[in-house]
Amino acid sequence: MLSAVVILAGLALALTTLLIAAARLVPSGDDGAVEAVERVLPRIQCAQCGYPGCRAYAAALVHDGAEINRCPPGGAHTIAKLAELLGRDELALDASRGSASLQRVARIDEAECIGCNLCARACPVDAIVGIPQAMHAVIASHCTGCELCLAPCPVDCIRMVARRG
Amino acid sequence: MSELLLIVLAAALVNNFVLVQFLGLCPFMGASRRIEGAVGMGLATGLVLTTASGLSFLVDRFLLQPYGLQYLRILSFILVIGVAVQLTDILIRRFSPLLHRLLGIYIPLIASNCAVLGVALLNSAASRSFVAALFYGAGAAAGFALALALLAGLRERLAHTDVPIAFRGAAIAFVTAGILSLAFLGFAGFARL
Repeated sequence: MLSAVVILAGLALALTTLLIAAARLVPSGDDGAVEAVERVLPRIQCAQCGYPGCRAYAAALVHDGAEINRCPPGGAHTIAKLAELLGRDELALDASRGSASLQRVARIDEAECIGCNLCARACPVDAIVGIPQAMHAVIASHCTGCELCLAPCPVDCIRMVARRG
Repeated sequence: MSELLLIVLAAALVNNFVLVQFLGLCPFMGASRRIEGAVGMGLATGLVLTTASGLSFLVDRFLLQPYGLQYLRILSFILVIGVAVQLTDILIRRFSPLLHRLLGIYIPLIASNCAVLGVALLNSAASRSFVAALFYGAGAAAGFALALALLAGLRERLAHTDVPIAFRGAAIAFVTAGILSLAFLGFAGFARL
């Protein structure tokens, strides 16, 4: 009876010590600052900022001092939030990233579309509608002009056209 | 070596923990809505299953058996499994934050997966060696991940089909799991443990 109590208590104590030691010694890979910055970004992973995705851009913002004006889908709203969060001055959207792509939208040539659905899967903002085996169309108001849908298209029927209105 | 291979195959297919022994059914039904989540859950459970079966063996052989305390197995194994889950969580967070964000919500769930406790108890009941216990745990993990991925794939397909209204949702998922379980009975008798 006594040995049972002693062994169980000893086991619990040893395992708890192990856990506490592990939690102390192994630094957490989580980066709270990057996490907070990523939450402000749109997280649509369009890569228009030049980084592979929103997480990478957030890490560059925090650690490498990247400019806060590289996110076209987020626009002025995101820039204002980033400026507040990171304590920097508000900037106009970087034209080399943003305004060029914001003025264009993708357009699918419906005569050539074979309905393979690959572009809809590539679209980060779900701006392409259509089911497999039927032609697809782009919702212009959702499209951010990121051009991610161009590469997957097997028949090259997607072009970038000027945004109207 | 061939004996260890047999143990892995027997645990993964013939005595598949989910589909033949009906252990760990909650994550099997709960985390099989989508393939990505199912694979993540399978991987995380696999890590914990293997480490926990090794740790439980050590506790059983060197702490419980010398003092004749086998009746404390369930209690101490649960303790060990909880710690193994937490350790896995810490290690994944350290070495792969991306994987941690993918698996984050699943990792604590593993602690209540009865397949993990089942493996540890079956190992000590069959008094396997340390290496055999590890391989049995790895086999069980592979079987669990396989079953989860299979059901998730089927359920993804089912989501696009015209299922009768009365069967939609959980009902058709349970029917599918039952048929999958019947299919796995085809392995019965291939290996004996």
